[in-house]
Amino acid sequence: MKLDFSSVWQYWPFLYHGALTTLKITAISAVLGFVLGVLLSLIKISKCRPLNWFGTFYTSIFRGTPLLVQLCIVHFGLPQLTGMTLTTMQSGVLTFSLNSAAYISEIFRGGINGVDKGQYEAAMSLGVGYRDMMKDIILPQAVKHILPSLVNEAISLLKESSILSYIGAMELLRAADQITVLTFRFFEPYLVIAVIYYILVMILSMVASRLERWVNRSDRVS
Amino acid sequence: MIEFRDVHKSFGSLEVLKGINLKIEKGQVVTLIGPSGSGKSTILRCMNLLERPTSGQVLIAGKDITAPKTDIQGIRKNIGMVFQHFNLFPHMTVMENMTYAPIRVNKLSKDQAEQKAMELLKLVGLTEKAQSYPGKLSGGQKQRIAIARALAMEPEIMLFDEPTSALDPEMVKEVLEVIKGLAHTGITMALVTHEMGFAREVSDRVCFIDNGLIVEDADPAEFFSHPKSERAQNFLDMVL
Repeated sequence: MKLDFSSVWQYWPFLYHGALTTLKITAISAVLGFVLGVLLSLIKISKCRPLNWFGTFYTSIFRGTPLLVQLCIVHFGLPQLTGMTLTTMQSGVLTFSLNSAAYISEIFRGGINGVDKGQYEAAMSLGVGYRDMMKDIILPQAVKHILPSLVNEAISLLKESSILSYIGAMELLRAADQITVLTFRFFEPYLVIAVIYYILVMILSMVASRLERWVNRSDRVS
Repeated sequence: MIEFRDVHKSFGSLEVLKGINLKIEKGQVVTLIGPSGSGKSTILRCMNLLERPTSGQVLIAGKDITAPKTDIQGIRKNIGMVFQHFNLFPHMTVMENMTYAPIRVNKLSKDQAEQKAMELLKLVGLTEKAQSYPGKLSGGQKQRIAIARALAMEPEIMLFDEPTSALDPEMVKEVLEVIKGLAHTGITMALVTHEMGFAREVSDRVCFIDNGLIVEDADPAEFFSHPKSERAQNFLDMVL
């Protein structure tokens, strides 16, 4: 059995657009998930009990059910309920953002709890209000500690976006699927997208370690 | 300036303050001393409501800050606090540490705040560290910056919570010198310290706290040479 990549290459626009879609969904979901996750973590550490319960309940739902099931409920279930149809892109972004918010909120909660109590006291003793204190003093320090976990979350978002092929989104895996249909070759298209995923993850890791060095600039000696 | 009226504070079932009555006049320097766990730090922390009294009143400049709906932030910006562990913001440079609250809270312009900060850095002798991060400073330098940061808010009251306890012995003096320089400049000061010689030298009054109560409130010269209570005598015998 000989490998034949040329038949895959002639369909490279499929792969190109698939990769773009994958990146787009990952990027939007990561940003939305981050923002929602931070808000959710603040809800979890607030002194208001009902808000705490909501935060805990939310997280348990998204952690306790498979992502693919959540995706099906959003994409196939919601339209039946509301009469409003979502594009595969919208469903993907919605599900992934809500899901990753649950995980990111837990990461953040840990990070916030890891900030020394003295930092709160110093900020309060200077008359700094709660919002400014969280935004400028506590969260930046929390982010520093949890950056590696956040990068992991972004990487898993990127890889898990492949399940969007199940609802027909034209992302990388789906692009490979189509090439298999057109060429009757399976190994090469899947191998090629595996390599593409790998390269994307490597780029993401590199950017992350740059970012980490920048965030830790205050620790550098000299 | 600062007045405590029958202040009690409990943490769970542990009563730490058992009825504190205290009056500190404007411009006075009052040192709180006593064995560890006696409640002296808690008294200090009640002055800017980092701890909220369980009962009783704390008055700052005649205003009851323990009353509900008090503007705590407004009170706190007038009360500088220096902590045992410095609590500088590690992700900000010295300059950013010192200008953050003046800009955010006191609405100073960046230029005004930085000018003020440079003056204070001169006062504590650390102008060359303006752009350094706290991680690169020694303990003594950190504490001097922390003092300067609190002063940048131009507070009327300064609280010092064991400011030299976390320092290596050779750095204690430089910090005490800065604090000494502030005493009797019109700023009202309350200090918790274990530096007895310093307390004697710098304070107008010494309060000896034991077991959640002010056991003695006296002139420092008198207190250190003739403590009235047996507990204060025992304490001084142990530390001096």
